[in-house]
Amino acid sequence: MIDQVPLTHILFLSTALFFIGAYGFLTRRNMITMLMSVELILNSVNINLVAFNRYLHPNIDGVIFTLFIITIAAAEAAVAIAIIISLYRKINSIDPEQVDELKF
Amino acid sequence: MTAYQIWFYIIASMILGGALLAVTARKIFRAAIALLVSLIGIAALYYWMHYEFIAAVQTIVYVGGIVVLIIFSIFLTHNPGHTIEEPVSIREAFAFTGCFAGFAFVFSLLNRYSFEQTGDALNHTMQVADVGRALLSTGNGSYLLPFEAVSLLLLAAMVGCIVIAIKIRTHK
Repeated sequence: MIDQVPLTHILFLSTALFFIGAYGFLTRRNMITMLMSVELILNSVNINLVAFNRYLHPNIDGVIFTLFIITIAAAEAAVAIAIIISLYRKINSIDPEQVDELKF
Repeated sequence: MTAYQIWFYIIASMILGGALLAVTARKIFRAAIALLVSLIGIAALYYWMHYEFIAAVQTIVYVGGIVVLIIFSIFLTHNPGHTIEEPVSIREAFAFTGCFAGFAFVFSLLNRYSFEQTGDALNHTMQVADVGRALLSTGNGSYLLPFEAVSLLLLAAMVGCIVIAIKIRTHK
């Protein structure tokens, strides 16, 4: 059964996923791949919530929170991609370094 | 080692391998496919924890929605076979050091703290009817107000996307 794998192993997995996502967000120079890193970070949070719910909490609150996070992540990804596409039309590039129109 | 443990480590290596490839691959399309592998692995992890409903939601929304959206936007903004620019090396070194230090810190914290497993939590099974009841009822432990707020947020995001990305033709 599930208690053969301790909770800390799942938390190690989600920690590793979070920092892989953070590394990608800091090093990528392309807005779409930065968005992909943000998705990894959000998913690591979801894994944490679901694992805590499974191991420690005999209720479904963690699952409901995960559902809300998935919904908001979908909305966020859609808005981000709309911004990326309209930016690409304007400056013909999606490198965040070249977006400096608002720079004073 | 039982089959249950072996499945967990297979799923974990699938998630982490996909994620590593997604943040380091030099071809953007390859990175998107690696992200797909990682997200399917996360759905498998939910399935492994006996949360079948949330695994289905993860598959539908992430694998069927967000990754397809990302692939579409790659096709709209890149030539096929485009290679991504190398990261700035000083920034890459700093990011790697920071992320590794953060991981080591959290790892040591988690190692020191043992979570007490509660027996009745492990035997608790989730019915999909419970989710529906929690989302659509008022009172203690129910989420009707956030549910309605999220539906408004989705509507606002949808309208906002159309407004941002629409191309207005001007007649001359």
